[in-house]
Amino acid sequence: MGAKKESDATSGKNRTTVERASERELVVTRTVNGPARIVFAAWTTPELFRRWWVPKSFGISLVSYEADIRTGGTYRLVMGHPSSEQPMAFFGRYIEVTPHSRIVWTNDEAGDNGAVTTVTFEDKGATTLVTIHELYPSKDALDEAMASGATSGWGEQLKQLDELLGTLSGSAGRA
Amino acid sequence: MDARPLAHRQFARYILNHMVQYSQARFDASFAALSDATRRGVLEQLGRADASITELAEKFHMTLTGMKKHVGVLEQAGLVTTEKVGRVRTCKLGPRRLEEEAAWIESYRRLWASRFDELDKVVEELKQKEKSDGRKKRK
Repeated sequence: MGAKKESDATSGKNRTTVERASERELVVTRTVNGPARIVFAAWTTPELFRRWWVPKSFGISLVSYEADIRTGGTYRLVMGHPSSEQPMAFFGRYIEVTPHSRIVWTNDEAGDNGAVTTVTFEDKGATTLVTIHELYPSKDALDEAMASGATSGWGEQLKQLDELLGTLSGSAGRA
Repeated sequence: MDARPLAHRQFARYILNHMVQYSQARFDASFAALSDATRRGVLEQLGRADASITELAEKFHMTLTGMKKHVGVLEQAGLVTTEKVGRVRTCKLGPRRLEEEAAWIESYRRLWASRFDELDKVVEELKQKEKSDGRKKRK
């Protein structure tokens, strides 16, 4: 190891990394300042999980969350956001729940394109390395997931700009 | 019928839009580049097929110099790349896919960073609680 810095110099918070590890995989890592036992509890106790999974700064609200966190159990998470009238449900099944070390679940809301998420908690004593590994069924499924989050494809971007420019020139003409 | 994929796209887009302010400067350059009808036409054209500057100039009834200028603006905004092979300069759409992927990854990273920042608070509370519970037991 060596000089790899775990904390962000400006915020003092630990660094979060995201990497597309392969055509089908995304990997997120972060060191949390607490033993794995505690981090696992914050993850698997629904009233604690509710407090952190949906960051306030994103303007998203957590409508409901139910989870039976054990191997074979299921979860259902409903979130709301200002740009959609319909709240959104995320749901799936726990393939594996091993206390203090590992949780594996499916993301069934995406149908056949859903990833399998594996979270591991590596206890380092006072801290825990948390790794979230998302394995998509195919390269296309991950590409699609990423494209759907992108601001727009070309056609749409041009269309939006056209509309915007139309609005601007229209109002400038009237002014 | 399934309304979910659309809702998910909207949701994902909302998150990204929320997080891409960092690329504002880039957007401004793109916006300026796209504020011209000819340049938008060139992009649409290149979306169908790569083309040389000569071909573009003919298509848009322009001088070679005029088209070179337009392509230069698009190139500076990262919307178009050009490559000279022999005497022909070929234009194609810029490296947007990679940029989109990088932007997506950065927004996803921010989402997780925000989550973990909140998780830190919960973990800190649990640690404090354990400490004080431990003290009570020893008493």
